[in-house]
Order: sequence, then structure tokens, then C-alpha cells
Amino acid sequence: MQKNGDVVLDDVPVLYLEPTKGWVSLRLQDLWRYRELLYFLAWRDIKIRYKQTILGGLWAIAQPLLTMVVFTLFFGRLAKMPSDGIPYPIFSYAALVPWAFFSGGVTKASNSLVGSANLLKKVYFPRLAMPIAAVVAGLVDFILAFIVLLLLMLYFGIVPTINVIWLPLLVLLAFASCLGISFWFAAMNVQFRDVRHTVPFIIQTWMFATPVAYPSSLIQDEFWRAVYALNPMVGVVEGFRWALLGVDTAPGAQILVSGVAALTLLVSGAFYFRRMERVFADVV
Amino acid sequence: MSEASIAVENLGKQFYIGKLQPKYRTLRDQIGDVFLAPFRRAGKVLRGAANSAAELDELIWALRDVSFEVRPGEVVGLIGRNGAGKSTLLKILARITEPTTGRAVIRGRVGSLLEVGTGFHAELTGRENIYLNGAILGMKRAEIDRKFDEIVAFAEVEKFIDTPIKHYSSGMTMRLAFAVAGHLEPEILIIDEVLAVGDMRFQRKCLNKMQDIGEQGRTVLFVSHNMPAVTRMCKRVILLHEGRLVCDGPAHKVVSAYMNDGLGTTAERYWPDPEKAPGGEIVRLRAVRVRAADGSVTGAVDIRQPVGLEMEYEVLKPGYILLPHHMVYNEEGVQLFTTVDRDPAWRGRRRLPGRYVSTAWIPGNLLAEGMVFVGSALTTLEPRIHQFLVRDVVAFQVIDSLDGDSARGDWGGNLRGVVRPLIDWETHAEGGVTEERSCVGGGRM
Repeated sequence: MQKNGDVVLDDVPVLYLEPTKGWVSLRLQDLWRYRELLYFLAWRDIKIRYKQTILGGLWAIAQPLLTMVVFTLFFGRLAKMPSDGIPYPIFSYAALVPWAFFSGGVTKASNSLVGSANLLKKVYFPRLAMPIAAVVAGLVDFILAFIVLLLLMLYFGIVPTINVIWLPLLVLLAFASCLGISFWFAAMNVQFRDVRHTVPFIIQTWMFATPVAYPSSLIQDEFWRAVYALNPMVGVVEGFRWALLGVDTAPGAQILVSGVAALTLLVSGAFYFRRMERVFADVV
Repeated sequence: MSEASIAVENLGKQFYIGKLQPKYRTLRDQIGDVFLAPFRRAGKVLRGAANSAAELDELIWALRDVSFEVRPGEVVGLIGRNGAGKSTLLKILARITEPTTGRAVIRGRVGSLLEVGTGFHAELTGRENIYLNGAILGMKRAEIDRKFDEIVAFAEVEKFIDTPIKHYSSGMTMRLAFAVAGHLEPEILIIDEVLAVGDMRFQRKCLNKMQDIGEQGRTVLFVSHNMPAVTRMCKRVILLHEGRLVCDGPAHKVVSAYMNDGLGTTAERYWPDPEKAPGGEIVRLRAVRVRAADGSVTGAVDIRQPVGLEMEYEVLKPGYILLPHHMVYNEEGVQLFTTVDRDPAWRGRRRLPGRYVSTAWIPGNLLAEGMVFVGSALTTLEPRIHQFLVRDVVAFQVIDSLDGDSARGDWGGNLRGVVRPLIDWETHAEGGVTEERSCVGGGRM
């Protein structure tokens, strides 16, 4: 008989509550049973995010768009940053869309547990649902920003290549990277509130470590470019440019490395989160 | 199904409580600490000496070796003083926190109402909050759809259902919260203090709803400080004291044990060990007693007689102006009044160290019959600091007789109201009235 989980006997679930130690199962089936809660939490985040703002949903677009303008001015015009033969505005914006999703998701998910402390102390639900919902909610902003990306492509007369069929997979890669990091940060934040102060700094550094404002083709060596892709967002960003803008950088190896890195982050993050979960309600 | 719904075996829960604050030192130390402490703390964490930034030093057992079983369909009350471990037990059963020792086996879906309104969001409308809160409590969307109208009707918020709840009154919010929670249909329901919701009328509605739940054959575990509600709802009651199960049996027996012996409320309480007495460096509470008019310590008082609330305390540091006071509650938890020491001999006077006894004499013909709970507190003025506050420190029963000279006069039935003053009545015959025989009433008024 399975310990410490639900066992269904004659339709009556039997639950064993016992102390646990060390690494524990992810209990994904439990998460699946609570998928409606996940949906409602994400829906709540979306609903309240732009309440009492003038621009409302436009904020989702404004952020990457304004960043693009700033980048174009400073990196594109002043620093004359190479952009793989693509107009710099669209070159940077194509990277900023997945990047905004990633950074926004990590920021919100890191604070998701601490921000819902009263929920953690009062009701049971698979705690993993909390950061997941925060990241899922960011998908709406992502879609809005993505539509603007399509409009910009239309304006610049760029036709996506056939490689665009890989785009869903690239979005999945961004999602997995974001979730993996979020699991780590959210769980650590419960115990060490230092995380809250560190995350903005990490995100900022991470952006410069990701080819958002510059092409990763600045790195000449094929091998080092793959090593560079251990940062999973490298694969995402290069993949986006490759699939949508037709940049000829052949980022296959990078995407593969990034995929492995993201998966490692995701799995290790989920297990770390589950391991820390038992003290959440006591220390949050 | 004959197996127990809830089987708890040797359940224990250990908590870390923060290290006691060292004595307040100089500002320079404090500032130095701000910069040095992070390094000390980081060092500890890195060495594995502490596993949290809270610098976990002291351990307490919030729950210790608790074992019991609850059969399907039983409605069981859980009582005990604050800090007895009731909430910890419920939290373990509701899967919110893990036990440190022992285990619990739960057969059936568990719904927990540890605090109504959990997850409500002020910016969302009533309708949206019903769905969100329902999902948090474990309801399926289809289930909420089905019960939606019923929930809204129960909460009496039909008109405002599409208004963000930040515009609701607190009463409306609480009603809505209870309505959602009350429509949960798990096999096992865990409830903590939901009765502190709304006005009296709505409270009664909630109690009825919970009685329905019990009658539907569902298992209910119910924590409350409202003893009349506990005895009315539950046949069986479990009493916890300092984390241990001390009494488990028929409701009225356990409740009266709780009310009458040292575990619960008494007419007298004292602290023989000054170190453990409530208070601090300036003053400590040593005893609180309920005295009848003749000076005896008593747990039952005639409604017509005055009753003295005596507070004995020790002043340890000279030079403070003290303000002893009592707060008086009825058994429903309604605060009847607060009374402060206004003895002219001591008003505004700085006290010397020593023992003092202050007694508040509550006049007869004021309190209503029933249980009265007293909270005793003491505040120093200039600076205004609360030295101690002990809730439910003593309690006593007010007994109304049928002698005819109390406020109930010749009425033998139920007499409502939080106070029962003796009011003078005058009735004049306005001519042409013939004398009739008097009639003694019964029933409700």
C-alpha cells in the first residue's frame, strides 16, 4: 500500500498523514486533480493584474515595446550592435517577447508562495500549483506581446520561415525554463526572504547573459556557443529569431543544450520544492 | 462502512519558536547587529547549523501523543484553551502541515474551513470570488455552478453579486465566505471557529446549516470556544490541554469538566511561581478571584447580589501609574463591558513595589443569567504599556431565581438580552378598568 498519499479503496480515498523525510514524490496525479484550482489561480492573477490601471492590458505590450525602443536607440543606433542582418528593432523585440515572459514569470512566481501566505496556512492544495499558476498567467501577456511581434514583422515585411512550426516547442522551452527557476526561487523565498531582494538583480544580470540586445553569433566558436546555451533562454531567444525572422544561425545545437538545461532545472526545481514544502505552512 | 473516518495515533507536532529577544541594548549595538548578524546567520546556514533564516533555537511541542478515532457520521467537538493545540491538530488533519511524530489515517474527502474567506480577493466580484474560493476549498467547477444560486441566496448578497467585494461590508463578506464553505460536501468536514461570523441572526443560520451537515451522516470535527454551540451540536467532545488529549467523552461531561476544573475556567486562578505569572518586569499578575457579596470565592452568583472581581498583582518597579481593568464577556463571546479601576485613593498615583489587590464590584441586577467570562488586564499610563492581558482568566455562573424580586418578575420562561437590569415600571389604570386575576407566563419572550 502506498504511504503518504491518496489510495482509493471502494471510492473512498484513504489518506495517510505521516512525517516524511528527505526527497519525496512529486505527486503529479494530485496536481492533476487540482487542475481547476490552477486554472482559477491563474485566472485570478490575470483578472487583477491590471485592475485600477489606466493602460490595463496594454501594459503587457508597453513593457517589451518600450524596452525595444530604448535598446534600438542605445544598442542599435549608438553602439551599432550587429543584428544578424535584421532591422535592429524587430531583432531585439523578437527576443524581448519571450524574455519578458520569462522575467515576469520568475518575478511573480518567486513571490507567489510568500504573497499567499494566508492561503498556505489555511487550506491544502498541491503547493506546486502556486508558482505554476503564476507562470501560466504570464502566457496571456506573452500572447498579446506576440501579436505585436507579428504586426511588426508585417511592417518590416518579414515573412516567417517554415521553421515557424517549431515555435510551440520553443514556447514550451521558455515555459519550462521559467518554471524550473521559479520552483527554486519560490521555495527558497519561503525560508530565506533574501531571495526576494536578490531576484530583481539576478533577472537583470540574466538578461545581459542572454542574447536579447545582441546576437549570440558574437561568439565565433561553435563549441563555446553551445556552452553559452546552458543558459536555457539562449536557446529560446535564438530559436525565436531563427523560426520567425529567418536568421541563418542554425541554432539547433544551442536549442538542444538549452532544452537539456531547462529540463534539468525543471526536474531538480520541482523536487527541491517538494522537499521544502513540508515546512512551508510553518515558516511562511 | 465501519472503519473509522479519522484515526489518529500518537500524533505529535513540534514547532520552532523564535529565540527570545535579548534585552534591549544600546543603539550602537543594535546598528552593529544589523551589519554583523547577516554574516553570523549565513555562517550558520552554511555550516548546516540552522536550516532557516529564522535562526531556529527553541522547540516546543504544540501537540503530543494524541490518539483518538472518529466514526463516520460523528460530530465531534474539540475544545481547550488558547494554545492547547486544537488548531495544530486541525491543520495536520487538513494536510496543511505535517506531523512530527505518529500518524493519522483519514477515510473520505476532507473539507476544511480553517478560516472562512480564505483566498477572497477584494478586487474580484462576489461571483468571481465564489468560484475562486470554491476551487480553493476543493470544489469542482460543475459543483459550484450547480450550487451557485443557493450560495448567493444563503449569503443574502443577490444585489451585489457583480460588485467587487472591496465595496462589501465586512458582514457581507463573511456571509459570502461562510455560504461558499457551508456548501462544500465532503465526507469529513473540519471547522474552526466559523461561528464568529456576522450578526446573531446569521450565526443561528450557520449553526442550523452545520446541524444539517451533521444529520446528513457526514463526519464533522468542530473547534469552538462557544460552549453552548459545542454542547448543542456535538454528542462527543475532546478536550486538549497543553498539546495533550486530557478528556474524551459525552459533550456535557467534557464541557463541564473544562468549565469547572483548572483546565478550563474557574472562579479563582493564581500563579504560585512569579516567574511564570503573566506580566513583565514592572508588574505581574498573581491571582484573580470571583467573590460573592459575603467575601467567599464562588463560581455561582445570585443575579440580585453584587459580585466582586478581584485582581491580585505584584508591583516590582516603583514609579508607575497603574490602570487595572477587567473585560466582561457572556458565553456567546459578546463583550458586555470593560471596567477600569477608578478608586480615587490610587488614581494618578505612582505606586511603590508591593502586593496590591484591586476589586471591581459589579452591582446586582445587571448581568444576565448564564456563564460570564472575565479577562483581566493591567496597563501602565505614561508611557501607556499593556503589562498583561489574560483572557477567560476566571468565569462564573449567574443564577436568576424565580423568587419574583429579580428582573424577571413573575416570568418563568426564557428572557433574552445581554444585560438584565431591574427596571422600574409604572402602570396606571386609566379609568373604567375592572380588576382581573393575574396570569403567570411561561415560554419565550
